[in-house]
Amino acid sequence: MSTLTRTELLPGVFLTAIHTGKFKSSMFSMTLLTPLRAQRAATEALIPFLLLRGSEAHPDMQSISTQLDQLYGGSVSPVVRKKGEVHCLGLLGSFLDDSYTLDGNGILEQAVQFVGELLLQPYTENGVFSEAYTRQEKGNLADRIRSEINEKRLYATQRVVEEMCKDEPYGVSTLGREADVDAITPQSTWECYRDLLSHGRLELYYCGSAPAQKVKDIFLNTLQELPREGGYDLPRPLILPQAETVRRVEEHLDVMQGKLAMGLRTGGITASSPDYPALMLCNAIFGGTTTSKLFLHVREKLSLCYYADSGLHKFKGLMLISSGVEFEQRQRAEDEIMAQLESCRRGEIEPWEMDGARRSTISALRTVLDNQGRQEDWWLGQAVAGLDQGPETLAQALETVDVAQVVQTAQALCLDTVYFLSGREG
Amino acid sequence: MEKREYSRIGETIFHTVLPNGLHIYVDPKPGFQKSYAFFATNYGGMDTRFFLDGVWQDTPAGVAHYLEHKTFDTAEGNALQLMAANGASPNAFTSTSMTAYYFESTEKFEENLKTLLSFVSVPYYTQESVDKEQGIIGQEIRMSDDEPDYRVFYGMLEGLFAHSPVKGDVGGTVESISHITAHTLNLCHRAFYAPGNMVLCVVGDVDPEQVAGIAQEILPKTSHLPVERDYGPAEPDQVAMENWELHMEVSTPIFQLGFKCPPPQKGREWLRWALVGDLALEALLGTSSPLYNKLYAQGLVNDNYAYGCEAYSGAAFLSVGGESRDPAALRQAILEEAQRIGQEGVDKELFQRLKLAAYGGLVRGLNSFENICIELATSHFQGHDYLEFPQVFSEIEQADIEDCIRQIVQPGRNTLAVIWPKGERA
Repeated sequence: MSTLTRTELLPGVFLTAIHTGKFKSSMFSMTLLTPLRAQRAATEALIPFLLLRGSEAHPDMQSISTQLDQLYGGSVSPVVRKKGEVHCLGLLGSFLDDSYTLDGNGILEQAVQFVGELLLQPYTENGVFSEAYTRQEKGNLADRIRSEINEKRLYATQRVVEEMCKDEPYGVSTLGREADVDAITPQSTWECYRDLLSHGRLELYYCGSAPAQKVKDIFLNTLQELPREGGYDLPRPLILPQAETVRRVEEHLDVMQGKLAMGLRTGGITASSPDYPALMLCNAIFGGTTTSKLFLHVREKLSLCYYADSGLHKFKGLMLISSGVEFEQRQRAEDEIMAQLESCRRGEIEPWEMDGARRSTISALRTVLDNQGRQEDWWLGQAVAGLDQGPETLAQALETVDVAQVVQTAQALCLDTVYFLSGREG
Repeated sequence: MEKREYSRIGETIFHTVLPNGLHIYVDPKPGFQKSYAFFATNYGGMDTRFFLDGVWQDTPAGVAHYLEHKTFDTAEGNALQLMAANGASPNAFTSTSMTAYYFESTEKFEENLKTLLSFVSVPYYTQESVDKEQGIIGQEIRMSDDEPDYRVFYGMLEGLFAHSPVKGDVGGTVESISHITAHTLNLCHRAFYAPGNMVLCVVGDVDPEQVAGIAQEILPKTSHLPVERDYGPAEPDQVAMENWELHMEVSTPIFQLGFKCPPPQKGREWLRWALVGDLALEALLGTSSPLYNKLYAQGLVNDNYAYGCEAYSGAAFLSVGGESRDPAALRQAILEEAQRIGQEGVDKELFQRLKLAAYGGLVRGLNSFENICIELATSHFQGHDYLEFPQVFSEIEQADIEDCIRQIVQPGRNTLAVIWPKGERA
């Protein structure tokens, strides 16, 4: 069985530790949190990648991977996310759990210390990040931003968020703007990094077989050198309940299939709202599952597209609809998607639809507990939003939602922006 | 049922064979919320020509995948919806050599298992529904036409093999699937969906005897032996084409470099081949190899980089892929490094730690129920026991890795496939 503890280890440093013997690996993360801002996003996004280039004791990638190999092929990944309007910059480690090492000697302590070393003692030249590493990682970051266009489905949903939230911090892309990359210097990145260490909130997470006290001791010991200078507060996201008008954006690329992405405001309902469980069911009934109206009508019955689904951005109060359609079917697909939403708003929800949505949503929440990575992401989001509810508690709340509550959330949904990725003319 | 203990990696498997020839593997996992069932047939995109009813049957490319889509149809409606209404998340995939149907659920597992076994084993293909599916699968094929990773992988296969059916797109083409009728589907179902050609794997908090009892109750009582297939004449050692290229709407050149191998024998040798292949790739070009670190620093590769080995009846290869500004220079560097290793051998210390790392990675992979099921099913069809990997692994010597690199990574035996950004050229 698993138990969760949450402690403030140091000022502005929180540890969420899950003690469980379920997994073959131990997973832990160290994530710095800071308000999402357009001007700084690219520099911040660069930092986790730079930290993985070298530390004082392991000054290049070769020595880092040698160390990881010796720790049974553990992995450390740079993770850049946004939760609400907070930029989350972290290192995520996954290592063999101490129960399965060949010689019976544990590796957790070494693994945490190693990741702590990468976070706190980066490799420097002249007191700042290495010139060569910065130059190379800037190139990689620019490539990474540009390559977002390669995955057309993701690209379309990302573009609709950018367009609909262009005047809100949420519209800032996690990796920042390509145009800002060029001006980044080792000096500017170093200042940003030191600022994050001193003033950013630090969220720590652990999931594995070590008991909570041991985990606390290891992390405390590892973070002794972390500067703490105050100012750890995080902003609440700006929530716009409705859109004033529907905006339309169309882009042309050389593609075979069109991508339709529609962004809606949820009437102000977010993960913190009492109506959130009802909104989750509304999303599941409308487009979140294979029994949803979008799947059954738009895909299966009308064969209008290969996929049509919806999802929530729960901390910001958005719903996104995403669909792959033939260019000439675009209007029909959009009309049919809106017709299905109207049907939800009119309360045309059969008991089997309600039941299927409820069961699959509850099931999806429960299985978060079976996956260390999904738990890590869940608890980071909750920490940013100031929520302490686990997936099980939310699953319980879903049991008692009724159709009237679902209809109410459907009525609150408001179309904001329609984005279409089309082919080239001729 | 027979109980097999793998104490070093903390796994226990219950295995049995039903009188109808179906093999069942159950991996009990107390403490997990979800249970996962995986019902697979030894039949994939490459199995288009087979012997049934006294004649060689030639079927259109893409039929295994088409069959997978239509198998969810039942006389009562669509099994996807039925299972989703029971809280399960069902899905399926078709690969080159396997078709698998699976679900995970946190409740009503027995009921969902019955539904899974029933809809897969009872054919229900009407001409009307087969015709309607043309649109959906046509869209799926067009969608993958826009996916550079997909196109470049098939481009590499096209270059590696002269005629092996592994190089054909699993989904077929819009043209090839237009020849598929209800008759084709019934024929293929009869040939390949007999219990003797299938395997059932279950992982979760379940009772193995109960799983076997349900399979016994639901599935046909008799079966025929697996049908004979024709994969054409043996492949030559040399590749068909050393270069393959295409222009698409991408930001950086995307490449796959494949090395053609003699296919391994079925049985334990197959597992050994795969483990040696993985280690050889790690030593030659893996993320902790000296070469990768040099290439990364030169900007010839970035962190979008993956490698692995695959084997099928009559066809096998090692491959590496990702993004590179100069794929030709990358290929040259890899060939030179292989030559160096061929002469000087692999660094002993590197070999030892790569082995440790690979062991840790394999054990950590057992966190995923899906991965366990895929490995159990694949190894069953290939005639070995995947969970014996720690044993097979400990028998691998440094010389095995060196021989593999020496024999496989050679000029004339590799294909470089590249997707260039529009308007760019090497």
